[in-house]
Amino acid sequence: MTTPTVVSAEHLGLTFSTNDGDVIALSDVNLTIEKGEFVSFIGPSGCGKTTFLRTIADLEQPTSGALHINGQTPEEARKARAYGYVFQAPALYPWRTIEKNVALPLEIMGYSAAEQAERIKRTLELVNLSGFEKKFPWQLSGGMQQRASIARALAFDADLLLMDEPFGALDEIVRDHLNSELLKLWDRTKKTICFVTHSIPEAVYLSTKIVVMSPRPGRVTDIIESNLPKERPLDIRETPEFLAIAARVRDGLRAGHSYEEVV
Amino acid sequence: MKSGLTLLQSLLALLAGGMALCGLIGAAISADAEILLTVAVGLGALTLARFFFRPISLWLDGLAAVLIAVALVLALPRGSAMPGHYWFAMVSAWAFAWLFVDQLSGEIRKGTVPRKTMGLLIPAVFGVALLVVWEIVTRGANVPPVLLPAPSAIGAQLANSAPILWADFVQTFIKSVIPGYIIGCLAGLIVAIAVDRSPFLKAGLLPIGNFMSALPIIGIAPIMVMWFGFDWQSKAAVVVAMTFFPMLVNTVAGLNAASSIERDLMRTYAANYWQTLLKLRLPAAGPFIFNALKINSTLALIGAIVAEFFGTPVVGMGFRISTGVGRLAIDLVWAEIAVAAIAGSAFYGVIALIERGVTFWHPSVRGGRA
Ligand SMILES: Nc1ncnc2c1ncn2[C@@H]1O[C@H](COP(=O)(O)OP(=O)(O)OP(=O)(O)O)[C@@H](O)[C@H]1O
Ligand SMILES: [Mg+2]
Repeated sequence: MTTPTVVSAEHLGLTFSTNDGDVIALSDVNLTIEKGEFVSFIGPSGCGKTTFLRTIADLEQPTSGALHINGQTPEEARKARAYGYVFQAPALYPWRTIEKNVALPLEIMGYSAAEQAERIKRTLELVNLSGFEKKFPWQLSGGMQQRASIARALAFDADLLLMDEPFGALDEIVRDHLNSELLKLWDRTKKTICFVTHSIPEAVYLSTKIVVMSPRPGRVTDIIESNLPKERPLDIRETPEFLAIAARVRDGLRAGHSYEEVV
Repeated sequence: MKSGLTLLQSLLALLAGGMALCGLIGAAISADAEILLTVAVGLGALTLARFFFRPISLWLDGLAAVLIAVALVLALPRGSAMPGHYWFAMVSAWAFAWLFVDQLSGEIRKGTVPRKTMGLLIPAVFGVALLVVWEIVTRGANVPPVLLPAPSAIGAQLANSAPILWADFVQTFIKSVIPGYIIGCLAGLIVAIAVDRSPFLKAGLLPIGNFMSALPIIGIAPIMVMWFGFDWQSKAAVVVAMTFFPMLVNTVAGLNAASSIERDLMRTYAANYWQTLLKLRLPAAGPFIFNALKINSTLALIGAIVAEFFGTPVVGMGFRISTGVGRLAIDLVWAEIAVAAIAGSAFYGVIALIERGVTFWHPSVRGGRA
């Protein structure tokens, strides 16, 4: 049995031309992501993680190589509303209440009012924001805003979820909670998730595949398949298998950094 | 310090009490002492006791200001210059009023009196104090009414000429300003959206718009009178021309106010042009659009009044002002100016109030972090 390929990148490259010269954000990235995978992207700041996600989302155009989403071009996939995107910043509209922000994609995609109400309730419960429906984004803490933006991306039926450091602004406890909620959601909905993070434990805990990237020019240095079981209690993080994968990720990050460091 | 005042407040208290005392002495040695005024400055002089015994309530300072001001205005002689010691009383009343407002704003900051109701008192005291000083100076120093009439004379004129003023108001404000404002702002908004959509118009029309909004458009008033005739239509046309370009320029800027991440979000939803416009770009442009609406509310009134200087039927605020000056009916001119000031402030106030309701989310309105 072959699982359908959701993302396939071949020799993908992206160079920004700016006033003070070209910036290579991605170079020769080869990666396939299959349906139902949970892929984490990890690497130092500025190595092109956001750029890669944005390229998948058709928000940036690759300058070389080929990229296909569900066998389509990124533009076709975007027009088919194939993915939900959680940005690095919450990007909630300040003139809309939390529930109206979650309703935004639903309004645009033409869901009925009853359907909207049902989905708003369900997704806000999922991110623990019940009771804050009528609040405005600026009345919420940064972490609550980020959770609202996750609810917004989960409200409609996209099979691919692109998440750019969604839990970066949250404290450890909430982060743990949302990590296990995210795993449950992933298991239940069979979504494919691309997840950017700076945290090695988070990447190992969540992923079936970890993509380690190195800074300029943005390359993939290692792709680590995780053999951890699908059922993952939080204390799996103390097991030897978990620590072994974490060590490999750390080595990959070190290798990417080595040319900057005096060893 | 016994009085519990800041340095500035102490100086004001000293000035107020001292001037009241001077007024009292002046009343004592002059022949024509007005009973009420003498009592008022006497009470004012008593407040000096605060420096020796105990602090007094700020409301007593307010009361002293009101008492002396009222007594003084009642005591003003008609037709002749007022006695010299009255000036002491005026300075005293003014110092009491300042002292009162200064203490009141201090209390509001401390939260001991409610901001909502008492906050309004401060500008009111300022306004009334200005009117009182104006009244006393014009009448006390016998300023010729042609130069500057007293507020009481303007007030009497307002009451006497109410039908004329009302007819002028209807002609200028209801018939010229309101329709011209609505048409001009609406046209500016719609053209801005078209300009924003078409790169050709953006390159061609926007520089002209910027150029035109810097021009004193009021100069076209005589041409508009030639085109549209003497009645309100030509004035409304001037108002349209004056309000159009500020709205155009502001809205075009506002349509670009949404951040790139907010636009990216719409793009990920594959939202079409109109959805993005209605759900993101117009709401984000709200503060800019209201800025133009507020600018235009004052421009429109100026435009309509000045346009009437260039020809009009025998009614209208601008007509009355220009002919009133010629006939030396200065009271009427000032009454028209008062009506224009009230109408203009009310117009601006209504727009600002709507703005608070619509753009409540903007950091400048809610006064919070971005
Ligand atoms: N629009 C742009 N124009 C020019 N250069 C850009 C642009 N966007 C990103 N870059 C550059 O591309 C590189 C990769 O940026 P990217 O945002 O993908 O990094 P990142 O891995 O997401 O970093 P972080 O972890 O800090 O979010 C950086 O060097 C950045 O300066
Ligand atoms: Mg990033």
